Amino acid sequence: MNFDPRYSGRNFSSVGTRPIRPDGIDKVTGRARYGADFNMAGQLVGRILRSPHAHAVIKKIDTSKAEKLAGVKAVITAKDLPDLTDGDAAMYDILDNSMARTKALYDGHAVAAVAAIDARIARQALKLIEVDYEVLPHITDVDEAAQHHAPLINDQIFTEGLEEKPAKPSNVTKRTQFGHGDVHKGFAQADFIVERSFKTEQTHQGYIEPHACVASVNPDGTADLWVCTQGHFVYRQHCAQLLGLEASKLRVTSSEIGGGFGGKTHVWAEPVALALSRKAGRPVKLVMTRDEVFRASGPTSATSIDVKIGARKDGTITAAEATLRYSCGPYAGSWAEIGAMTAFACYNLENVKTVGYEVLVNRPKTAAYRAPSAPMAAFAVESAVDELAHELGMNAVDFRIKNAAQEGTRASYGPVYGPIGIGPTLEAVKNHPHMKAPLKANQGRGMACGFWFNFGGQTCTDLNIGMDGSVSLAVGTVDVGGSRASLSLVAAEELGIDYSQVKAIVADTSSLGYNDMTDGSRGTFSSSMATISAARNAIKILRDRAAQMWDIPVDDVVWEKGHAIAKGEKYGNLSPLSLKDIAAKSGTTGGPIAGHSELVADGAGVSFATHICDIEVDPETGATRVIRYTVVQDAGKAVHPTYVEGQYQGGAAQGIGWALNEEYIYGKDGRLQNAGFLDYRIPVCSDLPMIDTQILEIPNPNHPYGVRGVGETSIVPPLAAIANAVSNAVGVRMTHIPMSPPRILAALDAEREG
Amino acid sequence: MVEVTLWGSLSAVAGGKSRHDIEAKDIRELFRKLAEQYPGIEPWIDRGIAVAIDGTIYRDTWSKELPPGAEIFLLPRLAGG
Amino acid sequence: MAGVAVSTTINGDAVEYLCQPDETLLEVLRDRLGLTGAKEGCGTGDCGACSVIVDGRLVCSCLVLGAEAEGRKVETIEGMAHGDQLHPLQQKFLEHAALQCGICTPGFLIAAKDLLEKNPSPTEEEIRFGLAGNLCRCTGYDKIVRAVQDAAEVMKGA
Repeated sequence: MNFDPRYSGRNFSSVGTRPIRPDGIDKVTGRARYGADFNMAGQLVGRILRSPHAHAVIKKIDTSKAEKLAGVKAVITAKDLPDLTDGDAAMYDILDNSMARTKALYDGHAVAAVAAIDARIARQALKLIEVDYEVLPHITDVDEAAQHHAPLINDQIFTEGLEEKPAKPSNVTKRTQFGHGDVHKGFAQADFIVERSFKTEQTHQGYIEPHACVASVNPDGTADLWVCTQGHFVYRQHCAQLLGLEASKLRVTSSEIGGGFGGKTHVWAEPVALALSRKAGRPVKLVMTRDEVFRASGPTSATSIDVKIGARKDGTITAAEATLRYSCGPYAGSWAEIGAMTAFACYNLENVKTVGYEVLVNRPKTAAYRAPSAPMAAFAVESAVDELAHELGMNAVDFRIKNAAQEGTRASYGPVYGPIGIGPTLEAVKNHPHMKAPLKANQGRGMACGFWFNFGGQTCTDLNIGMDGSVSLAVGTVDVGGSRASLSLVAAEELGIDYSQVKAIVADTSSLGYNDMTDGSRGTFSSSMATISAARNAIKILRDRAAQMWDIPVDDVVWEKGHAIAKGEKYGNLSPLSLKDIAAKSGTTGGPIAGHSELVADGAGVSFATHICDIEVDPETGATRVIRYTVVQDAGKAVHPTYVEGQYQGGAAQGIGWALNEEYIYGKDGRLQNAGFLDYRIPVCSDLPMIDTQILEIPNPNHPYGVRGVGETSIVPPLAAIANAVSNAVGVRMTHIPMSPPRILAALDAEREG
Repeated sequence: MVEVTLWGSLSAVAGGKSRHDIEAKDIRELFRKLAEQYPGIEPWIDRGIAVAIDGTIYRDTWSKELPPGAEIFLLPRLAGG
Repeated sequence: MAGVAVSTTINGDAVEYLCQPDETLLEVLRDRLGLTGAKEGCGTGDCGACSVIVDGRLVCSCLVLGAEAEGRKVETIEGMAHGDQLHPLQQKFLEHAALQCGICTPGFLIAAKDLLEKNPSPTEEEIRFGLAGNLCRCTGYDKIVRAVQDAAEVMKGA
């Protein structure tokens, strides 16, 4: 409990090296087991029937024909998932999203499900379920949905956060506001003002592994769930609450996860699989198809953002203002709120105001996607910042450096910053050879900054020392990108042993205490803190055991470089005892040696990045090509630098896809028209260049090794950096993401026509 | 006594005031006193409020002490990806 | 529906199975034979996670019928290592951290093996276009391309 998380500025021997990950061999040989790779005896196949309508009242569901089909073992509707949420509005939304109760709220909304002896019979059974819909007017556009005359999605919702409670319901669920100073006064002091509106389209996290689980509910109320998730403990809580199970009797095992990026922080099919298993009395495997993943899981918000920034001739920003409208799907969310907090976080502003509006639309429930909501806000703000720099006749990097936040700056979202890395990333970019490389015709260079909070949270870790001196580390955060390697490095560092002596695993919910969701870039930050704490607890025991073996007071024993050392000249004849020596005798010195840690990892350090990219645009077709890309980001301390680089590169690639290609396209009928990887095109290998990275290390004062989260910030700058590059290449300000070839051509045509 | 600043939307349920002087030794006491003074804040606390103390954001450590003279700022508790 | 009897060779071993006429090779591999190394990312031939080699040709096993394997030679990720000796591509993927979540890795390894067998000295561009049928959402492909380049060097020296 007396764990001191403060940064101590030590020298490292394991941390900062680049060993092979412990789970690697299983992943290159095909042995690693993901969500769909697990089976149980007597298992049935579950399938979900989904609404083809964007908005419809479910008048009646007749399942009788499906139930009679040979091989069908259970058919369920919302009636089989009674409302046990007890006034918890957020849980009710999760329940309703898992299985529509009275209305289908988007194309793809689940309305019924079957479990059958094989996939063919299950598919056949879905066709036999008759649903009587009363189709309602729908709305999928974020701006149209916010209008007064728009079809109402939920007539119980009145906009929160207004000075006076509104008399009429609205699709706008909430207004939030952040900032300080007086923007009117600030704009009055400005010599130049840029004011623009921007739009971004909805994207999907696009993990390659569809949602998959195997659920098994026993008649005695015990249950097992095998599932690909970013947070098996949170899934356990949600499923237990929705199914009326006792949490400790539901054992959830997190499979290897084939990508999440925020999209596997949310239950969809898991409560349905459990309900099917409960009704059928057999295990049920439920795997989403790619079409279902697009139509019914994920996506981000679509957004519409107005930005206004003013500056004096000397380049000082005098005021900044933004209004952000974010789509939430058909359920209330806080997505615009995050956008409003992050929008101007990179800058030192005397007068700043942001207002966010959460907007309901008939699209899937918005889920987190890597630094959720921040990339869109950064796109709008960083585009306007670039334009203002041009108007001032200042270099875009110098303009940002002049206005960058630093230690002591009041953040636009409220508090005062501690030591932060925005200035150093900008200086690194200014001096980077990429900024000086020549450009050819039709090529443009852009740069942009990004910010993300990073989270900590409840974390629990067990460290067990075997009698042969090997160490097993059980963690409760899911390994989404190599954290078992980084956490093994941390355990090795703290114990003073070799990395190869440590084996890290992700424990199931019955083997370890509760852990929060692996989100907010917290995996390595939080679990490394818990691992350090667990290792220090184990060292106390190791010292005690060494003292017993030597028969001296424990206070005379210190732990150095993996050995117990008797301190003082009187012990000159006592050779150091290695961890292995002490472990070998553990049976007779008090039994197994272990270190545990349960803590709240708070104080995650905020993170900043600056990206540079070069884009070539074909003015005839509007086609774009990324020529060169560089990421500079503060990691606090890179525990395993190769995987830190991997996070930087992966986030940049996702941002590139979002900026140039990816978008949900809805027809007038409210149906998603591109629910597959052929028509929703994520970047492939031939679309991208190598992605250069530069890791900066500005220690987080609230972590013993200085670690900050690194996973999310890298997706924040790309939309803006690429928009700035395209705008510079074609000489027209791009204001609508993605900048697909038709949109670029339309912008060029509009410019020609004046 | 510590000076606490609330973010825009929260100040709307705290008498429209963004700055409050409150006698509280830690986050738990701060939340309790705020809720006593402004009952409208309670649902917000249940939904989650993060506390920035001198720029470091605390989301769950309610035992965290509030040092005199510290910069205390309340923020919404956010979701991540 | 009557099953189709199929005799085939998988990773060098003679294998016989019964499958439905509309069953894909991917379903047969995963659900009948327990070879779950090939993954289903899309079921429509867009992601390459289910890549296998059939008679020397790289295919998406979700687009091949199980019945079509009759009399052919199928190579999957499970047969890529020789005993405890990893294929150089497998080793280089580990060394370069060319995987994060790893779901696309079996498909990439099979596709890269096919690429290097046909073109032992590919340029970066040839690697990028050769692997363009495989989707990875984690890495940005940088480390995958480097791993394949490095493996090609090692294999040429061997």
